[in-house]
Amino acid sequence: MATALDQTMAQKRRTLGAAVLANQTFWVLLAVVLACIFLSFATDSFATSKNLYNITRNATFVAIIALGMTLVIITGGIDLSVGSVLCLCSMVLAVVMHSGYSIEVGIAASVATALLIGAFNGLLIAYVGFPPFVVTLGMLSIARSLAMVASNNTVVFQFGPDHDKLLALGGGAWLFGIANPVIYMIALTLLTGFVLRWTRLGRYIYAIGGNEQAATATGIPVRPIKVGVYMISALSAGVAGIVQTGWLGAVTTNIGAGMELQVIAATVIGGANLAGGTGTALGALVGAALIEVIRNSLGLLGINAFWQGTFIGGATILAVLFDRIRNFRQSE
Amino acid sequence: MATLEITNISKHFGAIQAVSDVSLSLEAGQVLGLMGDNGAGKSTLVKMIAGNYRPSQGTIRLNGSEIVLHRPIEARQHGIEIVHQDLALCNNLSAAANVFLGRELRRGFGPLRVLDYKAMYRRAGEIFRELRSETRPRDLVRQMSGGQRQAVAIARTMISEAKIVLMDEPTAAISVRQVAEVLHLIRGLRDRGIAVVLISHRMPDVFDVADRVVVMRRGRKVADKPISQTSPEEVTGLITGAIERG
Repeated sequence: MATALDQTMAQKRRTLGAAVLANQTFWVLLAVVLACIFLSFATDSFATSKNLYNITRNATFVAIIALGMTLVIITGGIDLSVGSVLCLCSMVLAVVMHSGYSIEVGIAASVATALLIGAFNGLLIAYVGFPPFVVTLGMLSIARSLAMVASNNTVVFQFGPDHDKLLALGGGAWLFGIANPVIYMIALTLLTGFVLRWTRLGRYIYAIGGNEQAATATGIPVRPIKVGVYMISALSAGVAGIVQTGWLGAVTTNIGAGMELQVIAATVIGGANLAGGTGTALGALVGAALIEVIRNSLGLLGINAFWQGTFIGGATILAVLFDRIRNFRQSE
Repeated sequence: MATLEITNISKHFGAIQAVSDVSLSLEAGQVLGLMGDNGAGKSTLVKMIAGNYRPSQGTIRLNGSEIVLHRPIEARQHGIEIVHQDLALCNNLSAAANVFLGRELRRGFGPLRVLDYKAMYRRAGEIFRELRSETRPRDLVRQMSGGQRQAVAIARTMISEAKIVLMDEPTAAISVRQVAEVLHLIRGLRDRGIAVVLISHRMPDVFDVADRVVVMRRGRKVADKPISQTSPEEVTGLITGAIERG
């Protein structure tokens, strides 16, 4: 009896190949690779080191925030405030440095702002029971308004004594000529992936998204973890803001406008489910890459930039469509 | 000595008397069928044993020593496990992940401790084999049958040294074949010397697997007898009140 059981168990265990084919991230990655191959033949300018440098760097800001967003979405929440938080954190950094403080003080102030906003969102959602959509929609408005107040709606492009350090942080390429933001992105992806797969915190984040009542019943600290993921999401927006400030060399009050939608699109394309319970760090990265490749290629192929939204939106819907088809098959 | 001994326990919620003056005892390796109509006080009684409610009066003893439970986690620390009616599983996680939820095995030391997937898969596999259930540790709960899901919920009670397992309507919403599977699991628990309290509305299940049946009506215990000395007809009469006392 025992041996018969073991045999069926071995037979029915999914093979590695089948697992890869059932993985949305794999298909999106394939789409990115195929698009890149196609573009290298179809255009002269795609496969140049300058363009690849641009693509990788442009994708990073969306990707870094998508990592934080992935955690929120896995718990079954959403964070609409990230674009505005990016703007506010950039502005806090800029204003603090502009008034003569060092880069360390500027970054500390910026990170503290992000954590404070994340904690505010998280506490209202986890302890007061507000819907995440409403709280973060409110914060979308508040954070951008505060950025305007902080800067009096001006452009800041002088960052005091540590001006050059900040520009090097965001615009340099300290390692093998890879743009610094890309290195941060890779490091953060590895970190997020590690937490999700190998730690109890990661396991609990998935459990909360799968069945919040069950998670509570087994003694998982659901509320503190929910506050935590909104803090991480805001922090990821803050980090992206700091890096982007260094890269752009100037901060206006409209940076990051509408970025939350790109970030959510990247997360969903990468396999996260807005109903909660699924999503990966690699998925967020690959989703952000696909969006950037689409944007870049439209430009290179000479297609009117107005079409960008159609293509990105189409990719988002297509990704979810694949997911639906797969679930259909599984339930049959 | 009885594993579980409840003496003159009562619970009221404001003016409502949910359980009045119930005493019962349960031996290791015994399956107790707890029956009664809706609102008879079965769930309240079980929730007091599981630490969800504090009794208004009366005592609970475990292996002879009195215990006072403030929270479900304390009951669990005493070896009292409950399988909820809705099972409380995470569909998006594997069977093994659900079995160990909140009590994950880890390896390494200090801040560098990571989830020990291998050990959890292996241990969960052993438990499923002990339960003689065809549940695979790596499968997602989403893809499982009702009986397999029940096995996951029951396996969860077995990673600790459970002395008592409380089951709330485990056969309420599953197919006939799966019911047989669940009753099989209950016998598995009994054979390991675990005391089982089975709340059920289904007469055949109780008569199939239980050693004793306790009937409650309007918060009171109206019968407590070995299965061999009663019949489904008598129990039905006790539940409805057609028979006053057994």
